[in-house]
Amino acid sequence: MSLNLMQTFSIFGFFIILLFIVGTYCLVVTRNILRAVIALEILIKAVTLLLIVVGYITGNVALAQSLVITVIVIEVVIVVIAGGIALSVFRHNDDLDVRRLQNLKG
Amino acid sequence: MNLNIFLLVIMTLAALWTVMARSLLKATMGLAITSAILTILIFRMASPLAAVFELSVCTGLITVVFVSTISMTKPLTHKEIIEASKDRLKRFWYLPVIMILAAIGLCFLKIPGDIKPALSTGTMDVRNVLWNLRQLDMFGQVIIIIAGALGVAILFKERKDEP
Repeated sequence: MSLNLMQTFSIFGFFIILLFIVGTYCLVVTRNILRAVIALEILIKAVTLLLIVVGYITGNVALAQSLVITVIVIEVVIVVIAGGIALSVFRHNDDLDVRRLQNLKG
Repeated sequence: MNLNIFLLVIMTLAALWTVMARSLLKATMGLAITSAILTILIFRMASPLAAVFELSVCTGLITVVFVSTISMTKPLTHKEIIEASKDRLKRFWYLPVIMILAAIGLCFLKIPGDIKPALSTGTMDVRNVLWNLRQLDMFGQVIIIIAGALGVAILFKERKDEP
């Protein structure tokens, strides 16, 4: 592997880790369900970028693209289901606070 | 390469703004901007098909889903917004500090760049990989989409006793 590609991965890896930190921090600290989904989205963005960069530097662009398409499909399903759950919680509690989910039966 | 670094910096700042934005709509817009910049990066990494998917689905569809979900919830009053933003600021001001510390730490820590592929698809086309090499995964993907559609139908179903 050429030095240029290794350098590319190092630079992208640096920013991917920063994106992971942003997403993880928001996921841990936030109390709003929709913000938690947004944090999850940022984590997925980091994974998408990692897949594309690794595919690019190893010469497996086709495999990386097909994996990213799968990730995007799953991402949409997650967002839509999470949005539905958030709406149901809002109708039930009149609030999107995750702490109030503890009041649920079960 | 310089343009890539510039785009990466802008994308990270957009992500930071997304999580720190006061209003949920602004956070959604920040997420759309992050996705749009990621699209440019993906396109520059010689993956146009994935870039098109990212742009149409993540920047477009997901933003629409978020905006419609937000519009169906009750907006906060002015007093509640001020209280919530104070509370948020208290919890989120650590994040820029943590990011700066992590960036400094990562400058000293060398990220290994020598990656060996476990599977080489070489000159294969993305359609070949998707339909021939990953046939079984496609079935899984179809099942996930059906599960998503059923989930939405169940979650958004109105009860009969509701007005």
